[in-house]
Amino acid sequence: MSAVAARTLRPNYLNAAYGVKSWLLTKDHKRIALLYLASVTLFFVVGGVFAGLIRLELLTPEGDLVSSDTYNRLFTMHGVVMIFFFLIPAIPAVLGNFLLPLMLGAKDLAFPKINLLSWYVYMVAGTLGTLALVQGGADTGWTFYPPFSTRFSNSPVTLVALAGFVAGFSSILTALNFIVTVHRMRAPGLSWFRLPLFVWSLYATSVIIMLATPILAITLVMLMLERSLHLGIFDPTLGGDPVLFQHLFWFYSHPAVYIMILPSMGIISELIAAFSRKRVFGYSFVAFSSMAIAVLGFLVWGHHLFVSSQTAFTGTVFSVITMLVAVPSAIKVFNWTATLYRGSVSWQTPMLYVMGFLGLFTIGGLTGVFLATMGFDIHVHDTYFVVAHFHYIMVGGTLMGYLGGLHYWWPKITGRMYPEFWGKISALLVFVGFNLTFFPQFILGYLGMPRRYHAYTPEFQVLNVLSTAGATVLGVGYLLPMVYLVWSMRYGKKAGANPFGAVGLEWETSSPPPTFNFDHPPVVDHEAYDYRRGEDKKVAA
Amino acid sequence: MSAEMHAHGAALAADSHGHHASGVLQHQFDSLEQQRDASTLGMWAFVAQEAMFFGGLFTAYIVYRFLYPDAYHIGSHQLNVVLGGINTAVLISSSLTMALAVWSAQTGRRRQLTAWLTTTLLLGFAFLVIKYFEYREKFAHHLVPGLHFSLPAAGAEEGHVQLFFSLYFAMTGMHAIHMIIGAGILMVYIPMAARGKFTPEYSHPVELFGLYWHFVDIVWIFLFPLLYLLGRY
Amino acid sequence: MQSGFPLFPESASTMAGQVDALYVFLVAMSAFFSLLIAASVVYCAIRYRRRSPDEVGGSFHASMLLEVTWTIIPLGIVLFLFFWGARVFFLQVQPPPDALELTATGKQWMWRFQHPDGQREINTLHVPTGQPIRIEMISEDVLHSLYVPVFRTKMDVVPGRYTTLWFEATKPGTYHLFCAEYCGTEHSGMVGWVEVMTPEDYQHWLAGGAAADKPPAEAGADLFASIGCNTCHVDAGGGRAPSLRGVFGRQVQLANGQTVVADASYLRRSILEPPAQLVAGYQPIMPTYKGQISEENLFKLIAYIKSLSDGGAATPAPAADPAAAAGADAPAATTGAAAPAAGTQGGAG
Repeated sequence: MSAVAARTLRPNYLNAAYGVKSWLLTKDHKRIALLYLASVTLFFVVGGVFAGLIRLELLTPEGDLVSSDTYNRLFTMHGVVMIFFFLIPAIPAVLGNFLLPLMLGAKDLAFPKINLLSWYVYMVAGTLGTLALVQGGADTGWTFYPPFSTRFSNSPVTLVALAGFVAGFSSILTALNFIVTVHRMRAPGLSWFRLPLFVWSLYATSVIIMLATPILAITLVMLMLERSLHLGIFDPTLGGDPVLFQHLFWFYSHPAVYIMILPSMGIISELIAAFSRKRVFGYSFVAFSSMAIAVLGFLVWGHHLFVSSQTAFTGTVFSVITMLVAVPSAIKVFNWTATLYRGSVSWQTPMLYVMGFLGLFTIGGLTGVFLATMGFDIHVHDTYFVVAHFHYIMVGGTLMGYLGGLHYWWPKITGRMYPEFWGKISALLVFVGFNLTFFPQFILGYLGMPRRYHAYTPEFQVLNVLSTAGATVLGVGYLLPMVYLVWSMRYGKKAGANPFGAVGLEWETSSPPPTFNFDHPPVVDHEAYDYRRGEDKKVAA
Repeated sequence: MSAEMHAHGAALAADSHGHHASGVLQHQFDSLEQQRDASTLGMWAFVAQEAMFFGGLFTAYIVYRFLYPDAYHIGSHQLNVVLGGINTAVLISSSLTMALAVWSAQTGRRRQLTAWLTTTLLLGFAFLVIKYFEYREKFAHHLVPGLHFSLPAAGAEEGHVQLFFSLYFAMTGMHAIHMIIGAGILMVYIPMAARGKFTPEYSHPVELFGLYWHFVDIVWIFLFPLLYLLGRY
Repeated sequence: MQSGFPLFPESASTMAGQVDALYVFLVAMSAFFSLLIAASVVYCAIRYRRRSPDEVGGSFHASMLLEVTWTIIPLGIVLFLFFWGARVFFLQVQPPPDALELTATGKQWMWRFQHPDGQREINTLHVPTGQPIRIEMISEDVLHSLYVPVFRTKMDVVPGRYTTLWFEATKPGTYHLFCAEYCGTEHSGMVGWVEVMTPEDYQHWLAGGAAADKPPAEAGADLFASIGCNTCHVDAGGGRAPSLRGVFGRQVQLANGQTVVADASYLRRSILEPPAQLVAGYQPIMPTYKGQISEENLFKLIAYIKSLSDGGAATPAPAADPAAAAGADAPAATTGAAAPAAGTQGGAG
């Protein structure tokens, strides 16, 4: 008992200081990660409520729950909130912030004050977004296409664009911090090819953020100026080109989807190694694939413009490069699967999320190939097929990885275990609910149901009802962790330094870690995921 | 320009083999050298990001130049190439004075550092004042898009000339905002320099700011020919 | 009309089968790989389930052969799909030369169509089977997109520029037509019907008194005179502006040295921004008609100018009676009746 008492009294980053000021003015990357955790969860709930209302409306073919204008604002703000305020920041700013210094053996990120600043900038963006919501929210779609957004919409477009603009700067500050930290603050012996793959994915993500987000920023600036001053950059009546906006917008927004998925892929690498107690198969291939995705991701934006009046020749260039960018993702999926072979596979909650990811991301990625096939895309562009595709990646991919990682590192973050039974239940509900929600949408899309439709033709109803039913199950699957994870912070089983028996620098310090992460700065002399190290290890057959 | 950069780089290299005595080592770093390397890399990454930011505007400029060359010709002629040229000279000089400031910081010349930083700030102000006069001229001639833009001499191309001016104000305006931010930082650094805060061991903030200032200068070096010269000749 | 619970759309165009073939291959390929991954994951998770708390995994964690295999095979498959998909795409965006030419304008939140014989339709489009139909489209306000799922075709409708969509219907019936680019409040209400009819039924419909203007080429001839285009664009040549006889579809030398094809987009731009693509050898004296001619009337003027290349009669010099000159021979030049009646392929079923 005294050993337990000693553990609980031991100073860690959570009990190092108390009081609101110690949190709001913290420079500790771990506390900043928790600040982000609270904020992104709040925005996730907001975005989720909008999704719920959308699915409720779509139970019937008529637009009878809300007005057309309201519906248009619902899907717009669902997209804006989920993309800019949840999907882009969540993994980097929560798990990345918490784990990057730990995984590198460092005491903190390179620029702790900039880290705190990034959270405040994010909150300013969130405030602007909330202000826009209070004013009804924008109704342009999260893609803001002009001339509708600049000359026809009667909604707070400028305010929402400004919120997105500011949120972009928050992610740029985080990315800058990560890049410098990975380059300059690795522990002695930690060469690039000994890094955990989560670090590689965060690094690739940060490079994309630095290079792509400014383009979005300037595009939103042009949009805001056009809307308020009628400059004519995108206005055809003044000689401007609405399709130029699409090019500029997607030049960022396509790399943005890789910003959203790469960190989750990094988590999958970590989890699959930990829960098969085996080195990730093909480590260097997985690492290089992350970088290849980052580079190629900048060259494919025109696949969003196949039917925009872009020339067919231009389309073929984008189509072939899009096909190429699918290959590194496939390589990763095969390597992860091979990691399981002859591993020692545990079925704990994080691994269930991994298995879900492998199935759902594969489907999502393959349907991306459908869309890259030009002749096919003409039919399904702007239909529910596209909606299903990106939700398979964003929810089936990014969110599964995030939840898996949150559970896996929960003991490290809080010093407590999550309840395993409820963890498994939630993972199952999420997997089943997700498929029921989004698989029918592939069928709807091929049938021809366009997206962003408030009311639809009656023959689409049955599939829509299935989808809404799935959404209900999915919602429960998301609510449960919000409840039991909070519960576990007080009542969960206390966790030791390494409750899963995993390999990684973050597991070589206490749970929760002390403020400066390590009692003694680590020195690294082995490869990543070195589960066979040491004598008398029981090896799986 | 490159001579200054080489001097700058050489100074950095000399410093990194040098002393670790009295700079402020932040807790997350193991050594002053690591701290300096980290902040240098951070500033370069930031500058790369800023280059992409201006890149979007340059893309729009290039696209519309191909589509409406005549409008660009007309628009360019409305710009005051004399004032623009003077501003170019002012900015290039300010980069020179900034490089001299960095050298002064690295060699411990407190009075010269203060003087060169102040001169840089004054040149920056001069740039902004001249810019103000240019903008005022545009305003007086109804060449501000969205504010009763009117150029009858352009005839049918008037709409496209307004497009040119939209990009003119967006690009030079963004640049001016970056100048103002730079001026703000200088106003913080000058009193610090006067009080002797920057020493050869702790010249890094001045070096990093120099990097930023040179970048803003380089953006102008691209803007001036594209907007003022290319369409006109 | 479809009722009940469809899982697969009807096919009613010559291209639908090609798109469906792509779909079937993609689905089969995806099902194969998804099942392969799923089965492998489940198998490994069960077969290698951890048996004791301290157990670690084996050491097989690299194989260049596997890496190369599962790089090359996916690469081969996606490149194959690229070529196939690009081929189908090119077929979908290149209308055959003998297509019936319709025009469409999209505006919040309705579609207006016009047939070459002058019939106007709102939100409904009657077309015959067995005849390629080419629709030249433009928006009057925001982005829209014309989408007919059973034809598997779609194209954005953009303000300020023409876009084109073509199809050849194969099966009579009534099918959905949707706007597929979000355009504001009633985006989901900007829907309509395509009525595909046998060629005979289509002829009956054309003759049956559906709301009709003059054929666009004739209406265009009237406009050409009433606006005064013919004062400078003298048909016989020698005027202050080039003659427009035979210009449509021809290469034109511009004053700035470039050569362009005088297609519909060129003509539209020349009417709205004359100095932009000035013809070599002429002065930039044409006034702009921006804001003075609606998109509908632009279509009609262009149809008239096109008819001058098909051997149609010109409007005479001013002061003559334009109605008499745009006589009975003009419609013959604008396709219209001849083609659908002659079409025998396709037909019903």
